[in-house]
Amino acid sequence: MVEHRDDFGSKLGMWLFLVTEILLFGGLFIAYSYMRARYPVEFHHAGAELNATLGVTNTFILLTSSLSMALGIVAMQRGQELWSRILVGCTVLLGLVFLCIKGIEWAAKFHHGLYPDSARILTLPQGERIFFGLYFSMTGLHGLHVIAGMGVLSVMLVMMLRGRIHPGQYTLLENGGLYWHLVDVIWIFLLPLFYLAA
Amino acid sequence: MNSSTTSADLGFLVDEGPRRGLMAWLTSTDHKRIGILYLWSMLAFFMVGVGVGVLMRLVQLDTFHHLVTARTYNALFTVHGVIMIFLFVVPGLPAVFGNFFLPILIGAKDVAFPRLNLASWYFYIAGAILALLSLFTGGGAPDTGWTFYAPFSLQTGTNVTLAVFAAFILGFSSMLTGINFITTIHRLRAPGMSWFRMPLFCWSLYSTSWIQILATPVLAITLILVMLERIFGIGIFDPTKGGDPLLYQHLFWIYSHPAVYIMILPAMGAISEIMPTFSRKPIFGYTAIAFSSMSIAGVGSLVWAHHMFTSGMSEFANMVFSLLTMIVAIPSAIKVFNWVSTLYKGSIDVQPPLFYALTFIFLFCIGGLTGVMQGALSINVHVHDTYFIVGHFHYVMFGGTGFAFFAALLYWFPKMFGRMYSKKLIIAAWFPLFVGFNMLYFGMLVLGMQGMPRRYFEHLPMFHAGHQVVTVGSWLLALGLVIYLVALIWAARKGPRAEGNPWGGVTLEWTLPSPPIKENFEEIPVIDHGPYEFRKGGHHG
Repeated sequence: MVEHRDDFGSKLGMWLFLVTEILLFGGLFIAYSYMRARYPVEFHHAGAELNATLGVTNTFILLTSSLSMALGIVAMQRGQELWSRILVGCTVLLGLVFLCIKGIEWAAKFHHGLYPDSARILTLPQGERIFFGLYFSMTGLHGLHVIAGMGVLSVMLVMMLRGRIHPGQYTLLENGGLYWHLVDVIWIFLLPLFYLAA
Repeated sequence: MNSSTTSADLGFLVDEGPRRGLMAWLTSTDHKRIGILYLWSMLAFFMVGVGVGVLMRLVQLDTFHHLVTARTYNALFTVHGVIMIFLFVVPGLPAVFGNFFLPILIGAKDVAFPRLNLASWYFYIAGAILALLSLFTGGGAPDTGWTFYAPFSLQTGTNVTLAVFAAFILGFSSMLTGINFITTIHRLRAPGMSWFRMPLFCWSLYSTSWIQILATPVLAITLILVMLERIFGIGIFDPTKGGDPLLYQHLFWIYSHPAVYIMILPAMGAISEIMPTFSRKPIFGYTAIAFSSMSIAGVGSLVWAHHMFTSGMSEFANMVFSLLTMIVAIPSAIKVFNWVSTLYKGSIDVQPPLFYALTFIFLFCIGGLTGVMQGALSINVHVHDTYFIVGHFHYVMFGGTGFAFFAALLYWFPKMFGRMYSKKLIIAAWFPLFVGFNMLYFGMLVLGMQGMPRRYFEHLPMFHAGHQVVTVGSWLLALGLVIYLVALIWAARKGPRAEGNPWGGVTLEWTLPSPPIKENFEEIPVIDHGPYEFRKGGHHG
């Protein structure tokens, strides 16, 4: 059987998959806009509880990781395989740092009794409860995507080490990069919606 | 044309490679084998759904009323809906005939991502197993109806979480198939196979795939939110916590109304293949049919809130959605007129596939017109949540998609299995099917107009006679289905060998032997004219 290869086709497939991911979050963004229009004051108050410094730090980390991802692909295109591996490795590590900061943030919230259905949440006004409900759902789902992205890029790393991805065939790496950028872009929307809502 | 196949040669149905038997099927990335995997699994779930449906009808008779409790009855209509919608009509034609025939119709060796295609089938089976597990584990079978409306779905003690997760997985399968088909159509058309030389079934799959991609993620996130709500209590749909159940309905129908078009568009595509073949003339209005598929996909995505006219939306929103609903009837009617015009002055050959396709047109018209009735606000308020809705829905989904599925199966069966069924038996099955179908569902339309609410375990004495007619209809329908399926299952194993082109069709699949070989074409064909040009021999060339 002749190896059939269609790089454009596989990128098209990846872009279509990204469309579904955007629409997945799209449902949450609809829910957010509706609830924010319904409870503008409560969203403002609840937003003040979030740590904007950590949120902005995480934004820088994720943006840097996207940069290293993009550079990793450029390195691959130029045949600098070692650099490519290092840069993709950096991307995965930065993803890990992002998750750690996210974990610290969530832990602090739990420590203050702020989690869905907690005794403290139930004493808050309804709009603030909804804010935190959305906050945990949306950043949580985003966090899962970061983990998935890290998994995908780790597989890419292994494939690079085994020579399955090389300067003559790196569409998979580009597709992995596209996914990582999507995760980044979604975060850029989450930051102002939650951390800068106050 | 190659119609001289020997009995030893059964094309792709013969195992190649190291594995044999079941394992060879479960690991095959051949689009044709995957199509057949879907066919048998889907028909199995369909018959389970039919069984549950017949049981639901049975308990409406006095004699059998105590067969189940009211709670079980709630579980029955939920299970019937979940199985039929998520396991049969949504994947339905695209998964079976799309997988099998899309690559062949555009002159390709396989779909764009064959391994992803097999993975989609495994997602489908995983979803199906989870759905069935949800019936027997946790708090028992879900009792919310297939729509999982909040806030009841958040409060009920039954196993909604698992059922919803199953639907999520099934959505994944459907989405991946959509991605696969769009990429296939964009990238793998044979040389000369321009967009407007594609058979119309491909156009319908193309528009369906777009809806699958654009609508399914919204359902996915809605179902995730229901799970989060039930497990963690985040409050978004729960009115006691400041959430809004109406938001659930919007998000749910943003997917689930377009999903109705996922169900019906490929059915219309299959009918558009059958009509020209048995009229021996090109389809009337090729471009109109192709574009009406795309416009149904477009406008159909903007009508979701017509399910919610009585849910408490504003008058203005109601009117807008009512208008949009009426508009979507136009492209559907265009198709019906084109099919009928195709027959006009054709050299009509009434074979079983055409027989079932004509039945589709008749039943779909009743379904479509009752749909327009409900698009009108005043009628909708009167018939909402009655048997009228149930009747309408089944006319479209069963009379429409179901009969188109049967017609498509009859049309392509000789190609898929290389064997012919007993035409007499199939025509014999038609009579109980057709009579039973109309007793069952026209009876429901009448009961609904009289005021019988849907999903009720009990009914008032005034509805007695109606329920009896409807239940007897369900027996006839089930009888017809059994005859139909037995005839086909027997034919798949023991039927006489079919020729390469038993119907005189001119699209590419009929240029291949029955059944086709692995990778379909010895040599990729070059296309120089449209799909239904009988005088030129069509793609036959």
